[in-house]
Amino acid sequence: MAETGRLERAAPSAPLIGPVALLRTAIILAVLAIWEFLAHSGWLYRDVVPSLLSIGRAIVDLLTHTEYYYNLGVTAGEIGMALLIGGGSGLVVGLILGGNRFLSKAYEPYLYYLGPTPKIIFLPICIMWFGVDSPSKIGLGTLSCFFPIALNVAAGMRQIDRVLIRVGRSFRASTLQMVTKIYVPAMRHPIINGVRLGFGFALIGVLLAETRMSNKGVGFQIMQADSTFDMPHMYAMLIVLFVAAIGANALIGRLGGLQDIKRS
Amino acid sequence: MSDAVISSTRRIPLSVGPRVVGIAGLVAALLLAEFLIQAGIVNRFIVPPPSAVIVALYRIIVSEDVFGRFLRTAGECLVAGVLLTLFGVVGGVVMHRFKLLQQACETWVAAMAAAPLVLLYPLFLVVFGRNIWTIIMMGLLSGLPPTILKTIEGMSATRKVLINVGRSFNLTATQQFWKILFPAALPTIFVGVRLGLIFALINVVGTEFLINYGGLGALITDLAERYDLAGTYAAICFVILVSVVFFLTLEKVERWLRPVD
Repeated sequence: MAETGRLERAAPSAPLIGPVALLRTAIILAVLAIWEFLAHSGWLYRDVVPSLLSIGRAIVDLLTHTEYYYNLGVTAGEIGMALLIGGGSGLVVGLILGGNRFLSKAYEPYLYYLGPTPKIIFLPICIMWFGVDSPSKIGLGTLSCFFPIALNVAAGMRQIDRVLIRVGRSFRASTLQMVTKIYVPAMRHPIINGVRLGFGFALIGVLLAETRMSNKGVGFQIMQADSTFDMPHMYAMLIVLFVAAIGANALIGRLGGLQDIKRS
Repeated sequence: MSDAVISSTRRIPLSVGPRVVGIAGLVAALLLAEFLIQAGIVNRFIVPPPSAVIVALYRIIVSEDVFGRFLRTAGECLVAGVLLTLFGVVGGVVMHRFKLLQQACETWVAAMAAAPLVLLYPLFLVVFGRNIWTIIMMGLLSGLPPTILKTIEGMSATRKVLINVGRSFNLTATQQFWKILFPAALPTIFVGVRLGLIFALINVVGTEFLINYGGLGALITDLAERYDLAGTYAAICFVILVSVVFFLTLEKVERWLRPVD
């Protein structure tokens, strides 16, 4: 027992880079090496797996062109609008359902089962209703993010400490005051979590909508690279997009969760 | 006994009432839509009347080979499901077995679960071509992260006392895995497989729609491109119906698998 204790205490000071970081580096290097080997092997069709150098060049090319930022701005604007409309309506519906047991039992099952259905199939309807321009993309994004936010807010509201609600009532707070002073502050964590989920769904909805019937946005640019078989640029756009999406997701999570973690 | 009777009599109006109100609300919304469209307040060339959609539902079932398309989508989901169960569970078990690998890769898998994987479909289209494998691979890719993560979670959450029982019986590592770890983790693993299957279904139908190939998703594209408005709405309703039945079935199976506490 004493031996083990001594070993454990000695371990942290020994290696400069931990074994986890070492393994991660090894995995990344191995994947890159296999990729580069495949790119030069001629086993696959040319350019299906382009060399790392050409992908790197494409990323630099992408990030130094204003056209990409314009399309990124269009997509970001559409996602923002979708999150605003879908998140706002999701918040209201979630508050109503979370605050009323009867309505929750009557309508929440519909939201629960409609939530995970593939939203992209609503694109033809969005196009018929809102046209082929940005509004149809915003429409699909809105539809995609509404369900997770509404369900999260409704679930979050049911978990509010009853004491807080009683305190609000004993102060004779109006409905608006109850919402702004009690419900929303008490449910900050589920709301942020819902927004994080909603952001992911809005992003997917908007970008997928852009890959069909559009003339601007990152989704459109990806499809353009696809149709002209410009694979390095396609990989570059997907890499930048994934990094941005995962980063934004982590950022929203951190903004919402950090203080709670400290408090607990 | 009397308590049970009282609680059951109380429960009936509480559960039936909201359900009736829910259905009534839905029917009222459909009737309102029908009225607004028939009265010309809402353009019928943008929103078809619900009655036309119901008629179209029967039409597409009869003339668009919906059953065949349903089987095709179900088949794609099944293949994706088998593959994701296999790779997901094996991946999770391997990562749980080698702690260093788990520490190194678990965050990556979690990040993958949060990434918009469905956007890789143009890439898969180039790699696999416009065929069934693009659809299956999209389903597999999206379903893998939750299956792997839940397998690890299930294995890690095995009660210490069970593991100690195994140790006290001097079980080998293989026996310990098959007799203790795996059965204990099975309910959680199934939650992962269920989540994976849901993601797989969403992505299979979504990819079918986007690449206009395969079963139910492609039917919606076909009908929308023909501007068969009522048919498009009917096909969307049918896909939603299939998805809901799919989720309900998975939930029932999961409840059946879960041990009674």
